[in-house]
Formats: sequence, structure tokens, C-alpha cells
Amino acid sequence: MADGAGTGTVRGTVRGTVRVHALIVRVTHWVNAFALTCMVMSGWQIYNATPLFGFRFPAWATLGGWLGGAIAWHLAALWLLVVNGLVYVGYGLLSRHFRRSFLPISAGRVFADTRDALRFRLAHKAGSYNAVQRLFYVGVLFLLVLAVLSGFALWKPVQLHALAALFGGYEVARRVHFVAMAGIVGFVVVHLALVVVVPRTLVSMITGRARIVLEPSK
Amino acid sequence: MTPKLKAADFQPQLRRLERRLFLRSGLSLGALTLLTGCNLQDGDTVDRVLWAMSRFNDRVQAALFNSNALAPTYAASDITKPYPFNAFYGEDDAPEIDAATWKLDISGAVQDRTPWDLARLRALPQESQITRHICIEGWSAIGQWSGVPLHALLKQIGADTRARYVGFKCADRYYSSIDMATALHPQTVLALDFLGQQLPTEFGFPLRLRVPTKLGFKSPKHIAAMFVTNDYPGGYWEDQGYNWFSGS
Repeated sequence: MADGAGTGTVRGTVRGTVRVHALIVRVTHWVNAFALTCMVMSGWQIYNATPLFGFRFPAWATLGGWLGGAIAWHLAALWLLVVNGLVYVGYGLLSRHFRRSFLPISAGRVFADTRDALRFRLAHKAGSYNAVQRLFYVGVLFLLVLAVLSGFALWKPVQLHALAALFGGYEVARRVHFVAMAGIVGFVVVHLALVVVVPRTLVSMITGRARIVLEPSK
Repeated sequence: MTPKLKAADFQPQLRRLERRLFLRSGLSLGALTLLTGCNLQDGDTVDRVLWAMSRFNDRVQAALFNSNALAPTYAASDITKPYPFNAFYGEDDAPEIDAATWKLDISGAVQDRTPWDLARLRALPQESQITRHICIEGWSAIGQWSGVPLHALLKQIGADTRARYVGFKCADRYYSSIDMATALHPQTVLALDFLGQQLPTEFGFPLRLRVPTKLGFKSPKHIAAMFVTNDYPGGYWEDQGYNWFSGS
């Protein structure tokens, strides 16, 4: 997995870079970031037309300017999100990227890594995910699928009535769609906070490579 | 022999590169916030892309539309009370229409353009439905509508059902249009009654469309004229940017 390049000896250690993200993962990550931002911001504008709960999203956080513009954004970015998501999931399954990077997830490891993370003792290890990361990435993938499916149930409650019925009908699907959005936004907040803590992960998601200490030199 | 490269020698450059990449991704997020002004009404490049995607979504929805798929129906006990009023004007501004002089004008690709009065419409077989009205704003409400199935009226007037659109013009300056496949759907009804009574003023007296396979704004109220055409007729909201097909 780690195809080192540009190694050099510095003070008794061999340093180098490893490829941590395949090109397809980086491209789909950034396309997803753009599409998801459009979906969430336009979705908030649509929410504001009839707030489900006792609040509105501030205008600066919305996209589209008015309900018609927001729906146009939402149903245009939808296809970018879905096609990009299918490319990513297809790659993840066929290349065994999912199995290699996200599995296994054991309750014991999640508990131990969460405890370490909360004590700021969980080290970032380039090229492999700890159990909490694995749980988060699999969880947000699930929420994205849930958001898309509940969204289709809202868009097509008659033509896709079996899907809408699966969610308990139109009005329940509205709430499922909101909860999925809230979970995804919660993930993004944590995700961005961790990028701030470990900024070199941002570079890795662009260049695909991470610097590591390979081994002490002999 | 080439001298050995030392990673430490490149640290400052790498750090500068990191900073530059960070700034660049920051700029692209900033660029996104510039797009928030794109609202389908400025005619700029992004607006044109959004309109094109909306036309693409019309085609997707037409392909997805199944003439045999029925909107779910509900029991009388599920009916929403009080039923919400919604229009581009306030409830007090709904047009008052004289039933005695009102007529439904017919034009376009039809054989018989004789206008219809209320008595003739009521003499046609009537259909009743309890279905969910889903508003583009997100809310929904269950109501009971009855009247003339649109396919029955189209047959009566000898409409060319190979034409693409059926359009409606209303007494409240509203207008809209639907695809022929939806016009022929068994649940698409020209409603005369709401909750078993003659349509009240606020819900579209004397005649309104009821399309449970589309969003609520595709069901115009206070209809004054109907026409069959191959020329895209648009609609009050559709011309401002609501998706034209807006199927459910």
C-alpha cells in the first residue's frame, strides 16, 4: 500500500512519503464536498419555506436566493452528488478500498480509541484509520445514502411509492431527510475541526501523499 | 555522484506549498458563496446551467411517470382540518366569480370549442378522491375533491391527445400547464367540489384542477380557459423558475 518515494536520511531516520489517497478518492472527495455544500445550503433555503421545527436557517447560509432558485440548485446538484457517489462507492467496493480502510470495526477498538481520543492520546497515523475514524466514515456514508433515498421519496412519493412507504410516507420521510442532513453536517463539523488540528491531512487529500518516518536507519 | 537530497532542506518550500494549497481551497469555498446570488433570475452562466438542469429534470420525470401508478388515497378521517389556503395573493383577494355567467373556454387542438357552463360539467360522470396535496414549500395536506376526470372532458371535446400540453388560464391571472400523459391520468380531475360541497371561493370556485401526481402549484384554481397545444405554455411560477414538470 505504501509506495514510498523521495526518501532521504535525516538524523538517523529514513523519511519519505506514502500514497495515502488514490486519485479517484481525492477527485470524488472534492466533487462531493462541492455537491454536498450545494445540497445542504439549498436544502436549508427549501426548509425555510415551511420550517419543520421552530427555527429558520440564516439567509447567509442558504443557496438559491428564493424557493425556486433553491430547488433548482438542489435538483441539479443532486445528480452531481449521486453520480459522484456511485463512482466512489463502485471504486470502494471493487478496489477493496472500503474493506481495507474501513473494516473491521470492533466495539472494543471503537471504545478504546474514543477514550484515547478524548484524552488527546490518539495519534494520527498516515495511511490508516483508527476505529473511531472508521466508524465515522462508514456512518456518514450510511447517512448520505439515507439522505439520498429519503430525498427521492420526497421528490417522487407517487412514482416511487414503495420507497416512500418504506420511510412511512411523505411526512415521515421529511423528518428522516432532516435528521440525515443534521447527522451529515455534524460529521462535517467534526471532520473540519480535525483538519484544523492536523492540517497536513488537507494536503494529503490534494496531493494524495503523506510524509512519514519509514524506519530508523541502520 | 549526485549529492543526497535531504528532506530538511526542503522544509521551508514544503511549508509554503502547504500554505498555498490551503489558501486555494479556501478561495474555492469563497467562490461558492459568490454563487449564492444565482437564483434563476439574473440570466448569468450559472442560471443558464440551472435552467438546463431543470429541463433535464423535466425529461427524467416524464420518463419516470407511470400512467398506471396511482397516488395513495386516504380515509375521510385523515382529511386535514382546517385545510390551508395558499396562493400568490392573500385569502381576501381570491376572485369572486358569478356562477350564472361563468364559462370554461376551450381552444387549441380540439374538435369542439363550445364553452362549457357549470350545468353541463356537472352532467358529466363525476369522480371523487381523498388524496394528499403536496406543496412545493414542503407542507402537505389531505383533502377530498370531486369533479370531472380531465381525460373524460378531453374525450368529449375531441382533443388531440397526441399533443404535448394542456394549458389553463385562470380568473386570478394565474396560469399553468401539464403534460398530456398526466392530463390523461385517471386521478387528474377538474374539481367542482371540495369536501362534498361546491368549491368555496378560496379553494378555486367554480372550477379547479386537481393533480395528485404533481405538486400543488400545478393545480390551478378559478379556471377560465383550457387549451390543448404543442407549444410550451409555461406557467405563472414555472416562468420564474419552478420546475415545470414538478411530478410527485
